[in-house]
Amino acid sequence: MALIGATSKNGARARWALLDFVVVVYALVPVLWIVSLSLKSKETIADGNFIPRSWTLQNYVDIFRTSEFLRALVNSIGIAIIATVIAVVLGTMAAYAIARLDFPGKQVLVGVSLLIAMFPQVSLVSPLFEMERSLGLFDTWPGLILPYITFALPLAIYTLSAFFREIPWELEKAAKMDGATPAQAFRRVIAPLAAPGVFTTAILVFIFCWNDFLFAISLTSTEASRTVPAALSFFTGSSQFEDPTGTISAAAVVITVPIILFVLFFQRRIVAGLTSGAVKG
Amino acid sequence: MAEIVLDKVTKRYPDGALAVSDVDITIADGEFIILVGPSGCGKSTTLNMIAGLEDITEGELRIDGQRVNERAPKDRDIAMVFQSYALYPHMSVRENMAFPLRLAKVDNATVTKKVEEAAKVLDLTQHLDRKPGNLSGGQRQRVAMGRAIVRNPKAFLMDEPLSNLDAKLRVQMRTSVSKLQRRLGTTTVYVTHDQTEAMTLGDRVVVMRGGLVQQIGSPQSLYEQPKNLFVAGFIGSPSMNFLPATLENGEVNTPLGAFPLTDRVRGLVEAANAPREVIIGLRPEHFEDATLLDDTERSRGGTFTATVEVLESMGSDKYAYFTLEGDAATSAELDELAADAGSHDTGDAGSQIVTRLSAASGAAEGAEAQVWFDADKLQVFDPGDGRNLTYAD
Ligand SMILES: Nc1ncnc2c1ncn2[C@@H]1O[C@H](COP(=O)(O)OP(=O)(O)OP(=O)(O)O)[C@@H](O)[C@H]1O
Ligand SMILES: [Mg+2]
Repeated sequence: MALIGATSKNGARARWALLDFVVVVYALVPVLWIVSLSLKSKETIADGNFIPRSWTLQNYVDIFRTSEFLRALVNSIGIAIIATVIAVVLGTMAAYAIARLDFPGKQVLVGVSLLIAMFPQVSLVSPLFEMERSLGLFDTWPGLILPYITFALPLAIYTLSAFFREIPWELEKAAKMDGATPAQAFRRVIAPLAAPGVFTTAILVFIFCWNDFLFAISLTSTEASRTVPAALSFFTGSSQFEDPTGTISAAAVVITVPIILFVLFFQRRIVAGLTSGAVKG
Repeated sequence: MAEIVLDKVTKRYPDGALAVSDVDITIADGEFIILVGPSGCGKSTTLNMIAGLEDITEGELRIDGQRVNERAPKDRDIAMVFQSYALYPHMSVRENMAFPLRLAKVDNATVTKKVEEAAKVLDLTQHLDRKPGNLSGGQRQRVAMGRAIVRNPKAFLMDEPLSNLDAKLRVQMRTSVSKLQRRLGTTTVYVTHDQTEAMTLGDRVVVMRGGLVQQIGSPQSLYEQPKNLFVAGFIGSPSMNFLPATLENGEVNTPLGAFPLTDRVRGLVEAANAPREVIIGLRPEHFEDATLLDDTERSRGGTFTATVEVLESMGSDKYAYFTLEGDAATSAELDELAADAGSHDTGDAGSQIVTRLSAASGAAEGAEAQVWFDADKLQVFDPGDGRNLTYAD
């Protein structure tokens, strides 16, 4: 009996491992392909080999030599961080209210934010373009930050209110009984418990802003506010006839790195089940 | 340590629900008082008002003679143990217990000393550096107690602190809560819906129903002299037997037969202006196997014969269950008690009675038994308003 149980368990494990492997390969091959392209020299770039025959870092050197890329990187980082901070702060307040309070119009608020999340962004590009031009926001940082906040807020509100609902509010009462002021109760009890949710949301919002191409390409025209995804499409080789594949790949790799670092850095903080043990029953 | 006075305290929730109305309780310094009653009767609401977690709609709450209605919980110097324990999951047991002291800006050495003292009392010393999530239910409960006792508050409030524990642990913890309270001598208000806890723990018990205080008194006085049908049915396990009856010419006519009232009972009933239709109540221990009694004892009560439906032998006693012909006693109070106990009307006519007989009784399941009851212990209730017609101040 036990033997059969063990075998079928091993069998199940093997199947899961195989499935995991397939998924990981499927997801990673394109990424690795780009990494490989970025490391190939100009001559071998079109040879179709997965593993480069001649290795070079020239592509990376090239992109950091052009102000085109560096400037775009600064734009990307600045715009994404500012939009993330504002969206998460506003989203935290809204989600706190949604999770904690009963106020008239709560359902409407939730409904409207859902509506915004579902709205096809592409249909807003032309109106936004016109509006931003007449308001003088076109091709500025705020011109991108504002639409990013608009579309990131529903995401932030949803993820955060799901997290807030998990916090046992009795802890706040307990803190008050232990002698805490409302501010102390929030800072020392609620905030530490909400932190994982806030970080998770921050990561999602940051990735959303960082990856956006649609708004970035439509609402910018110069280096003043063009972010990396848009700038990539303007890459040219050192001469007009040179194929920029290598440098584009290198730039693509470079802008992936901050996201990976961001996630790795905060992963430790996104500990599921941190609240377990607070209450029983 | 403090005296807590609730003076005509009323709570109306914003949605209009009247959770507590006109509650008057004076809790003496160092007293252990129990709030008991069925679910939804306003126990937690009362406790939260004392704590300051809920506003008081009307009335006054005084601690040590001072009105505290408007004071924030932190300014009342009261500690609370929650039903869910409400431990801070991101802090170690040590930090959980130290939290009230840290907020009070107590210096580190004192914090360590006090936490370790409390941990020793509660047998938590070896768990101080663990997180609440890794503790057992009983240990979490003790941490919650520890957090309450470290700062020597004026009073403890406990909202069903033991209801999440299994039966055996609950009995153990009940004794330790009681010991702890005696040792510290701190005024304690304890909410429970378990009447065994109510009977064993408190100096005095407050029975509540639908936001109203039904009776306040020592466990013994509530047991012996319930003011109304509700208290009579709520206190005691197994609970009091209720039967419909009619009073006529100094006799009481019941499904057990017709019996003369004793002088004491008759005096009280007459003074109380009893209606003709009443409900009588008899506690299980006021019955006895008639064959075990001599004639003088028998003459002090009534005797009836019925078929034993179920017999439970507890070793020291035997519980015999009978079903009597005729309608069961009905009243709003009894319906509410039945609903709270989860025992719904099974539909069959007749009333169940439970009797406690001596272990020496020869009663057998399915056989007839002759059972005697002590007529002087009879309680008579008015089915209309539930008041106890035999209540003597
Ligand atoms: N926040 C609230 N808003 C409106 N009504 C409430 C609120 N909290 C409690 N009530 C109502 O007040 C009444 C008393 O509730 P309370 O929680 O004090 O009962 P309880 O005696 O503690 O019951 P239990 O034994 O189930 O804990 C109930 O009828 C309940 O529906
Ligand atoms: Mg309650």
